[in-house]
Amino acid sequence: MIIADGKPVKEIMAMIVPYQKIVLAGCKGCVTVCSAGGEKEVGILASALHLARQAEGNPIEIKEISLERQCDTEYLEPLRRDIDGYQAVLSIACGAGVQFLAEKFRKHPILPGVNTTFIGVTEEQGVWTERCQSCGNCLLDQTGGICPIARCSKSLMNGPCGGSKAGKCEIDSQVDCGWQLIYDRLKDLGQLDKLEKVMPLKDWSKNRDGGPRKRVREDLKI
Amino acid sequence: MKAGSNLEKILTGGRFAVTGELGPPKGADVAIIERKVKLLKGNVDAINVTDNQTAIVRMSSIAVSALLKQMGLEPTMQMVCRDRNRIAMQSDIFGAYALGIRNILCLSGDHQKFGNHPTAKNVFDLDSIQLIQTVKKMRDEHKVLSGDEIEGVPQMFIGAAANPFADPFEFRVIRLAKKAAAGVDFIQTQCIYDMDKFERFMQMVRERGLHEKIFILAGVTPLKSVGMARYMKEKVAGMEVPDEIINRMKAAGKEKAKEEGLKICVEQIQRLKTIPGVHGIHLMAIEWEEVVHEIIERAGLLPRPTV
Repeated sequence: MIIADGKPVKEIMAMIVPYQKIVLAGCKGCVTVCSAGGEKEVGILASALHLARQAEGNPIEIKEISLERQCDTEYLEPLRRDIDGYQAVLSIACGAGVQFLAEKFRKHPILPGVNTTFIGVTEEQGVWTERCQSCGNCLLDQTGGICPIARCSKSLMNGPCGGSKAGKCEIDSQVDCGWQLIYDRLKDLGQLDKLEKVMPLKDWSKNRDGGPRKRVREDLKI
Repeated sequence: MKAGSNLEKILTGGRFAVTGELGPPKGADVAIIERKVKLLKGNVDAINVTDNQTAIVRMSSIAVSALLKQMGLEPTMQMVCRDRNRIAMQSDIFGAYALGIRNILCLSGDHQKFGNHPTAKNVFDLDSIQLIQTVKKMRDEHKVLSGDEIEGVPQMFIGAAANPFADPFEFRVIRLAKKAAAGVDFIQTQCIYDMDKFERFMQMVRERGLHEKIFILAGVTPLKSVGMARYMKEKVAGMEVPDEIINRMKAAGKEKAKEEGLKICVEQIQRLKTIPGVHGIHLMAIEWEEVVHEIIERAGLLPRPTV
């Protein structure tokens, strides 16, 4: 899923200075699962903003709303019904959701309430970690199901580099060395021979380097 | 001869090579380079010029390498994958060759987190092994990566690094084999303090016959103090310093620490000379170039051969 992290209230406060009436829009997708932008977080953030603005003697009206998904037109209807009575929308969906709202509601400023951080997993309750960089060219079959692009700090294709120590990365003793993980996994699978092969240069054109990406399924179009 | 550099001639001639290292200034001051050059000249066969090592901004390795060439020394231009994509790197390789540079060392590069610009974006379009392949393709196939023909071939002697002390240990020799397969000509290792572990590494290198395919220069760095030894052990990624060395530096006391450091370094070189498959040493006396002459002399490696 897409992982996000709530922006500091102070930063959001600075964004909403010009407004007295805003919609605070959550999303029931990924950001709900990672506890950054769901219904619950909408309530918590709204309270915090109310209190902060009251303390400034400049109260704010906040319409709380949680959309099924902010990245699909069909789920934006509840927002469409209410938006005209408000000056701006503070979205705590991922960056895709924020931008989709900006495209669909052209007269309203759409403000981001979270930082979208990565595509990852829930490693344990309250801990999320990165797994995929959506490079557009998956090579997990060659690396034991562990991605060197996302998990090696240098995205090395032929790691590990000389900074791998006791299973950890040179950048931080808390960060696993992605290539040590790959090595251990291939060893367990009896596939260490895969590491003998020089991995060829990567085609980064499927990554963001090739420009904004688009996927079209003609058979699904209406 | 692939490049005809001094270093290549010495190694292919079966001589025990000595290379040094020079860290460019954190600015445009050529006098700093001149001062270091005076200390290194005549003592080493080629000088590595680091490429923004530890991700701290310095004068570019290509520029300093060209200056060394003008000053009559042979540079080995280091090139890291952190800061440039395949377009910039190939372009710089052309430029380096045009400026007279004949040795290149292909490295991944320290992560920018360590340096003075930790908020920078990194590149890593290629990794060090792919950079070796790139230089080899340019040199031997006369083509850039896209397959386009080259107008004037950069005949480079291709080097890379190996760290026998990083983990996983068993993989280190496999990675070296990959560098050999990619087309590397010579290897310089990380600073060695744990000689026994290095011997085990070299045993594995010989079992694979790698020492017959590539030249291996063993890295050494003289210790200045027990504090430096401890720092190397604890803080520098991929470095191992055995307690025996730390104890020797400690026992020497503050007064004699530097002398003990030199003594250890000379002893290491003597031992390295006896290890089959070691073709030379790479002396990294970083910001302590004053001792290079003495170490090389005491190790019995002077005068350097003219080839």
